[in-house]
Amino acid sequence: MPGPDKETDLTERIEAFLSDLKRGGCGTGPLRGSAETARETTALLRRITAQARWSSAGDLMEIIRKEGRRMTAAQPSETTVGNMIRRVLKIVREEYARSRGSSEETDQQESLHKLLTSGGLSEENFRQHFAALKANVIEAINELLTELEGTTDNIAMQALEHIHSNEVIMTIGRSRTVEAFLKDAARKRKFHVIVAECAPFCQGHKMATSLSKSGIETTVIADAAIFAVMSRVNKVIIGTQTVLANGGLRAVNGTHTLALAAKHHSTPLIVCAPMFKLSPQFPNEEDTFHKFVSPHEVLPFTEGDILSKVNVHCPVFDYVPPELITLFISNIGGHAPSYIYRLMSELYHPEDHEL
Amino acid sequence: MADSAVTDEPETKDDIDRAKNDGKELTKEEKQRLRKEKKQQRKSKEKNDDKESEKEKKSFPAAAPASQPPTQPTTHKAPPAVPAPAPVPVPASEAPAPAEKPAKSKAELKAERRARQEADRASKQGKKGEVGPQASTSKPKAPPSELQPVVKRLPEHVQVDNPDVLKKLAKKLERQQTDDAAAKFKIPLRLDYGYKVSLFSHLHQYSRKSPLTQQLSIPSTVIHPAIVRLGLQYSQGIVAGSNARSVALLHAFKQVIRDYNTPPNEELSRDLVNKLKPYISFLNQCRPLSASMGNAIKYIKKEISNIPNQCKEEEAKSKLLTCIDCYIEEKIVLAARAIAKYSIEKINDGDVILVYGCSSLVNHILCEAFNKNIKFRVIVVDSRPRLEGREALRRLVQGGIRCTYVLISAVSYILPEVSKVFLGAHALLANGYVMSRVGTSQIALVAKAFNVPVLVCCETYKFCERVQTDSFVSNELDDPDDLIVTRKGKTQLEDWLQVDFLGLLNLVYDVTPPDFVDLVITELGMIPCTSVPVVLRVKNVDQ
Repeated sequence: MPGPDKETDLTERIEAFLSDLKRGGCGTGPLRGSAETARETTALLRRITAQARWSSAGDLMEIIRKEGRRMTAAQPSETTVGNMIRRVLKIVREEYARSRGSSEETDQQESLHKLLTSGGLSEENFRQHFAALKANVIEAINELLTELEGTTDNIAMQALEHIHSNEVIMTIGRSRTVEAFLKDAARKRKFHVIVAECAPFCQGHKMATSLSKSGIETTVIADAAIFAVMSRVNKVIIGTQTVLANGGLRAVNGTHTLALAAKHHSTPLIVCAPMFKLSPQFPNEEDTFHKFVSPHEVLPFTEGDILSKVNVHCPVFDYVPPELITLFISNIGGHAPSYIYRLMSELYHPEDHEL
Repeated sequence: MADSAVTDEPETKDDIDRAKNDGKELTKEEKQRLRKEKKQQRKSKEKNDDKESEKEKKSFPAAAPASQPPTQPTTHKAPPAVPAPAPVPVPASEAPAPAEKPAKSKAELKAERRARQEADRASKQGKKGEVGPQASTSKPKAPPSELQPVVKRLPEHVQVDNPDVLKKLAKKLERQQTDDAAAKFKIPLRLDYGYKVSLFSHLHQYSRKSPLTQQLSIPSTVIHPAIVRLGLQYSQGIVAGSNARSVALLHAFKQVIRDYNTPPNEELSRDLVNKLKPYISFLNQCRPLSASMGNAIKYIKKEISNIPNQCKEEEAKSKLLTCIDCYIEEKIVLAARAIAKYSIEKINDGDVILVYGCSSLVNHILCEAFNKNIKFRVIVVDSRPRLEGREALRRLVQGGIRCTYVLISAVSYILPEVSKVFLGAHALLANGYVMSRVGTSQIALVAKAFNVPVLVCCETYKFCERVQTDSFVSNELDDPDDLIVTRKGKTQLEDWLQVDFLGLLNLVYDVTPPDFVDLVITELGMIPCTSVPVVLRVKNVDQ
């Protein structure tokens, strides 16, 4: 029977995805980059929309929320999963509203007046059935997927507006977005890149070899030399794991030091982050913000005699406050950190912030 | 004295005005100027032919300034120099003949130097089509005698990009040998290794795999074996840390003095100093001398030259040995005890103290504080590629202190827990900057951002009269291969030498600005960073 087969097929795929997420938990990053994770999540959600059994928008949103909670629980540090789920939920809401005929504008703007006069949206329970809803939602998700595929290129296209010739640019660790950004600029301009290696995983080494193969003059420095070298740097361009709701960053550890050094020397700090990394979290949730991995990267087991008497920490992420950031470059252009809250309200619906 | 007063009239007036304000330096400056005049006279004598000097003497009675340019056609290159000698000799025409030579030769030397500099600059710009901000730092440095007399000679190890300086150094190393040694027993010149980042082309970069001692013959009659061993220990990093290096140096010198015999027609005070010179050059080649070592060497040389001539050899040697022991005892051991006493006042119960790398002084302080039963715990921050923090960790754990260990990239995670930061120093510069292991300034920066007090512990013998504002002009480049690491079986940077456009930078030191440092604890007390020149002045007055 086609029905149950499709359902088991779907649950199999979801389980495979969840185990992939769980496994990619080591410090060197997930098994795939964030862009790929976002794409896989969206593809999976499209499949759920297509194959799961639902009759109204409300049912669909319930299913997506349920699966979404399981996915985010599998790997809490991988925020792109949650972001994509919230995007799809917003898509569903929009399509529903469009089918119902009400304009999107009135739904979105939560003016003080609306809050006082009508319970408005809270009465909306998405129970009406629309035949075309499924097709519309799947089409919108396809648009989302196309957008995701073009993010790195969109960001890289803006490179020449920000890099002039004979600059010295500093970066830390390895970010595929920044790599594409710099390689695109290198096609027309000559500049020098300094890469901080970002111990203990030393991802900076891979970045440096990749950049030097494209003909960019690269230097690798140890993390400890970041402040020493900063006085000769013109710009700092970094990637990040997540952009938080207040405009701050959750980036690889060592980025906060880099940001402070840049601020001290009044060097602009530019963050290249695609929109799918924007997450409605705030940094005050201390217990979920930090992620730790095995400390044997920091103090190996060969130092056996002191290991038992010492606490060793190996955090993966750093919080960078928005005051230290000059500019965000995303696939839809450049923004100041103070504008992030607005972008967020365009991408996600406030009720979806808590899945 | 009269000659120089006449020829340098305008400059001397300014100098005297300046010198009136700082009374002591008048005589020093005058002495330096005298010395320079003598040197220039000697140089001009080598350069000019005897004929030309005779011609000058002959043409002088004619006293026509216009005739002077034609008599020196070969030496005058740059046109701007021509009007320069014209006005200068005019007031000097009343002075006797020898006075003219310094005036002309000075201007003529200036002209030559200017022409040489411009040629160097042009050739350098042609060679390096490099990035703009970095090109400015690789400009040729002006020959030191052109600068104001107060500035000392630039050390060789920060002029690696100047080929003349390198040639001079090679010659100097050849010349430094004992009288009966053959030419092959010279001190070898160590070669640079690998691709140097252009910002640091003025510094040496050596590889640990090719130590200097491989190029020495056995037995080496020039260099004492204790010094050879010391040099090898320095270059391989076996003896590291400024206190350890100074103490090792002083012990090696004690051995040298014990084995020393005055040759028949020489005086101990002068000959021993000359004996030590090649040893110091050799050690400098193995690893550039630290500020503490420089101060120790100055002290020893002063003590040796102060030995009275009528002193017998045995007596003189034992006197020197006790001097060295005194120095170590006072400046290092007792100073550490005094600093520990002051620092313990600053450590309270419940403190969380952050230390960086391995500083012998800071470790000593913490162990002393622990023995006084103060309850605190320590966070040790470490950095690649040296990973010195592990050594500190071992010592503290052996002392029984509760420790946490992180890498420097995790500093902003761990700093909210910290109540104080204790840092060691390699040297304290006269403008208040702290020169220390690379990464110290970063820790001070982040601590300042989190409002955590930063205390630097440093003995006064590490205070140095140099000034420096950034970590580029004077630094040490360590072996770049140390940055290579193998993780999960893959070594990313394995063949970095073959890859064009890829450079590795392994800095050893950096300078911390004084606004990041809250307090400096020395054996003289607790002073702010900006009081370093005051301490230096007091020490100079004492001596």
